[in-house]
Amino acid sequence: MTLDATDNGPKDGPVEIFSHELPAKQLDPELRKARDAKVQIATISLCGCWGCNLSLLDTDEALVDLLSKVHITRSSFTDIKRIPGRIAVGLIEGGVANDENIETLEHFREHCDILIATGACAIWGGVPATRNLHGLEPCLREAYVDSPTRPAQSPPVVPHHPDIPKLTNKVYPVHEVVKIDVSIPGCPPDGRTMFKVIDDLLSGRGFSMPADYNRFD
Amino acid sequence: MSITITIDGRKIETEEGCALIDVAADNGIYIPSLCYTRGKPCLGTCRVCSTRVNGNVVASCTVTAQDGMMVEVDEPEVAEMRKLLVEALFSEGHHNCPSCEKSGRCELQAVAYEVEMTASPFPYRFPKRERNVEADHIFLERDRCIFCQRCVEQVRDEETGQAIFAIHGRGTTAQIEIDVELANKLSLEQVHEAAALCPVGCILEKGVGFDDPMGKRKFDVKSLRKRVLEGETS
Repeated sequence: MTLDATDNGPKDGPVEIFSHELPAKQLDPELRKARDAKVQIATISLCGCWGCNLSLLDTDEALVDLLSKVHITRSSFTDIKRIPGRIAVGLIEGGVANDENIETLEHFREHCDILIATGACAIWGGVPATRNLHGLEPCLREAYVDSPTRPAQSPPVVPHHPDIPKLTNKVYPVHEVVKIDVSIPGCPPDGRTMFKVIDDLLSGRGFSMPADYNRFD
Repeated sequence: MSITITIDGRKIETEEGCALIDVAADNGIYIPSLCYTRGKPCLGTCRVCSTRVNGNVVASCTVTAQDGMMVEVDEPEVAEMRKLLVEALFSEGHHNCPSCEKSGRCELQAVAYEVEMTASPFPYRFPKRERNVEADHIFLERDRCIFCQRCVEQVRDEETGQAIFAIHGRGTTAQIEIDVELANKLSLEQVHEAAALCPVGCILEKGVGFDDPMGKRKFDVKSLRKRVLEGETS
């Protein structure tokens, strides 16, 4: 892999090099082949707390069994920042609260055959959506201008920079931004429920959420 | 008089005049509802018990069993209709289950599980209705109200029979109101009953919070479906 950043950003702007473009040691061909033969999975947290991803980790030894069938590509577990190719199942945690969330969500939708919304935040906005009751401006004012913890001498400034994602006026459920195929409620969803849904989809049983699995809290 | 009705192709013998929703429950067929309580007068407000009777969609708490009635409960179209009604309630109010005291004891939540709701397809409205904390023993979390009117009809001043709760306004501006003076005359037992009959976390008892841990809450211990089929009334 060569260092080639010519396609990134405007020609006269700063040169951006993404981590996935940096030179890396190539995988052993046998291992690469074995991984490619598995079902590809990716996970991401938008405006969430990573709790749903942790819940998946909480499946403990069931995860070992799962990993014999799936290969996790882009995810916080692998620290891979881009989806390398076509993905069978994408797990989305968190709601949409800024423009970077929208970009990431659309990137997942484009690359995933089945997109799963996990947790209260992805499904209806969750804790971050409590700001919808007050509006963005009063929230930023409370946090940065009228905050009792702001040092008295410092100027009241709401952080802004081209590198900081722009907040959306409201926090949105992911299904209001892209098409979502399956939703798993819970805050966070139970590990066994997430495992059941993924296992059902991998085995071609389709999606079902019986009452004894469903949980909103 | 003994009559025969058909529910989902099953012949059922029952007495004429019984509420259809009760007849179904007595025969092991669960029909979800959020306003109906067995033994209490029918309110017919939530429509979540909608079924198809002789080809027409009706709320099954509002109709009584008649000889030869053909009822469809577990039919995909009408089941989807019930699910959509529940989903509409979730987007109309502010139903934040993870932070709600009623979670695990909430009928709206339990019914949502039974109709296998996962996410509401309707845009979430995030209504802002000020909570009322004026009464001595009652919190009124207005943005959780689903306007079932159980409290309006069933919670009364013992002396005068006057209603304590009322719905003011219409449409998107409707909200539940409380007569603070009369509410303060309620016994603690009555306050407890009022909080228990509210199918959501709108009427809450002050001083009572997350008293039962997860796994030991009302519907964790026994599901709403089981309770209804066993004829429990509260």
